[in-house]
Amino acid sequence: MTTATEQTINEFTGKGYKHGFVTEIESDSLPPGLNEDVIRFISEKKKEPDWMLEWRLKAYRDWLEMEMPDWQNVNFHPIDFQKIIYYSAPKKKPQLDSLDEVDPELLRTYEKLGIPLEEQKMLTGVAVDAVFDSVSVATTFKEKLAEAGVIFCPMSEALQKHPDLVKKYIGSVVPTNDNYFAALNSAVFSDGSFVYIPKGVTCPMELSTYFRINAMNTGQFERTLIIAAEGASVSYLEGCTAPMRDENQLHAAVVELVALDDAHIKYSTIQNWYPGDENGKGGIYNFVTKRGDCRGDRSHISWTQVETGSAVTWKYPSCVLKGDDSIGEFYSVALTNNRQQADTGTKMIHIGKNTRSYIVSKGISAGFSDNTYRGQVKVLKNASNARNYTQCDSLLMGDKCGAHTFPYIEVGNSTSQVEHEATTSKIGEDQIFYCTQRGISEEDAVSLIVNGFCKEVLKELPMEFAVEADKLLAISLEGSVG
Amino acid sequence: MTTPLIEIKNLHANIDGQEILRGLDLTINPGEVHSIMGPNGSGKSTLAQVLAGRDAFEVTEGEIIYEGKDLLDMDPDERACEGVFLAFQYPVEIPGVRTTQFLKAAINAVRKHRGEDEIDALDAVKLFREKMKLVDMDESLLKRAVNEGFSGGEKKRHEIFQMAVLEPKLCILDETDSGLDIDALRIVADGVNAMRSKDRSFLLITHYQRLLDYIVPDFVHVLVNGRIVQSGDKGLALELEKKGYSWVEKEPAAATA
Repeated sequence: MTTATEQTINEFTGKGYKHGFVTEIESDSLPPGLNEDVIRFISEKKKEPDWMLEWRLKAYRDWLEMEMPDWQNVNFHPIDFQKIIYYSAPKKKPQLDSLDEVDPELLRTYEKLGIPLEEQKMLTGVAVDAVFDSVSVATTFKEKLAEAGVIFCPMSEALQKHPDLVKKYIGSVVPTNDNYFAALNSAVFSDGSFVYIPKGVTCPMELSTYFRINAMNTGQFERTLIIAAEGASVSYLEGCTAPMRDENQLHAAVVELVALDDAHIKYSTIQNWYPGDENGKGGIYNFVTKRGDCRGDRSHISWTQVETGSAVTWKYPSCVLKGDDSIGEFYSVALTNNRQQADTGTKMIHIGKNTRSYIVSKGISAGFSDNTYRGQVKVLKNASNARNYTQCDSLLMGDKCGAHTFPYIEVGNSTSQVEHEATTSKIGEDQIFYCTQRGISEEDAVSLIVNGFCKEVLKELPMEFAVEADKLLAISLEGSVG
Repeated sequence: MTTPLIEIKNLHANIDGQEILRGLDLTINPGEVHSIMGPNGSGKSTLAQVLAGRDAFEVTEGEIIYEGKDLLDMDPDERACEGVFLAFQYPVEIPGVRTTQFLKAAINAVRKHRGEDEIDALDAVKLFREKMKLVDMDESLLKRAVNEGFSGGEKKRHEIFQMAVLEPKLCILDETDSGLDIDALRIVADGVNAMRSKDRSFLLITHYQRLLDYIVPDFVHVLVNGRIVQSGDKGLALELEKKGYSWVEKEPAAATA
């Protein structure tokens, strides 16, 4: 028997994806396929220095020797890498200095996504870099940031204007041969954001990048590199959407963060790639390598992610705590519905003394979805007085979904302290009834309860985006009450 | 003749195929306070849940007319918006959801139903402060998650506080007295008494006569095996207290009030 509550869960989780439209825009694309010439073409197109091409080719050759990993708790169709288009750019070449010259169709696309690029219309205090398929189309508030000495620009521009900085840091956190998808990304990445916050500077505004996949059969391989020099601090947010298509599309990004002495980087993600339809057709494969290097003493890196989209999410934003007294944090909400699958979590590698890490993971599974938390906490021999606290909660909606937890804990130092707490609960009919008895609709009740469940994570998001995340959770859950 | 607030006619209800209510009749007029008493398992709480619209219970026969409308046709949230309130016997915890956030959502849902604007944040705080006094509730509870870590007594007061905030027309109190010490019982009863008015009716579900010393009902009904077997005034409750339920269980069903 289907109860009224079950129906509401179903309606609630199935309300549909709102960013699924396609922009009709002429684009300049390579034919599908991958070989050294494709890589040369991309590098040439970006007018990159020679060393960059060599770096890419080395990554490609490494990749050819590597094999796709198979330990993950997700299933997907084999990826034919020769069928992917590795470069697609809107034809009208955007002038990077002025928004006036950006194709109006593109501006409308971002408007539709709720991200107006005209500065006067934007949320004050947030600078945006918009990446459309393979290229960055607009970066706002550049001048204001430049006054503070902050560099915030597309990676392709950074390679031309700040090659030494890029050369020094790129691949220093995630080496080209780190893993299968990182190697692929290193070979073919086309754009992404570059951020450099100089010594002692607190970035005067939130920085954000919006990624949009538009063209068909295109892979998105962006590369983000953020460096906070001594005593610098920055808060950065990325958002992602894609059209609804029946084919799966691959998104294999690499994000590297470097925090020097006393620096602080806060990196937030609201991931809403197209999740596929209710039967699991189409959707994005979101296979991303994100790692932060707490290279300096007392440095601090904090990851916050709200993952609601993608057919398959497979990522572990991690912190390497090298500096003494450094801190790594990971706050995550991963919501899966229908046939979505997620295998996500973090790695905290304690190397320096008195290092601390804090992990809060909230998994919500609905429909027929599978949601896995996988986390590694590793304390090396010299990391005396290291501390870790992990809290890992799962909420199940209905009885056809799954929640899994795989913690890996390795402790090599006897003065360290590691704690892990985990809970699994079902969204209670009792709780929903209690709310509806007070007049709250079933749909709002579920949203309220889920929001309460995720509160510890949501409060970590920058204010401007907390509301957005709230709405996104509600939309993603539509049709899921049971 | 007054129009009844609610008329329950020949109500039959099941849970998991087992019949709990077997032909229950009850009419409540505006402003009246009715008490339902009865032994364990007689169907008292089932009645409360069916009135509030819990879908685990299946109504197989009979009807419930509330303000001239078919109550059984309404979803639980619609019933609540129309003024049916249930003070739960076991209020659930909702982790991470602040009591104020929860109450505001409830007030605004009711307002929306009536076609009114959302409540202003400051007005809400004012309203909460005023109503908390009714049940002597500590203001710090507002900042905590709904019912989370509340003591038994705090939960019950919190229910009555919500009732005061939402100002329903039909207040159903499901064993609100259970688990309360005598002082807390008096506070809760004072709160309820302060809310009595000619436009508001109460259905007090209780196992013990004790509550009725503080909230004096107009009518007392005895529920046995899913039917009302005897009705009377406050005197009936006292008699029950003396003689026990076995006395009415043996008696033939009397006419309802």
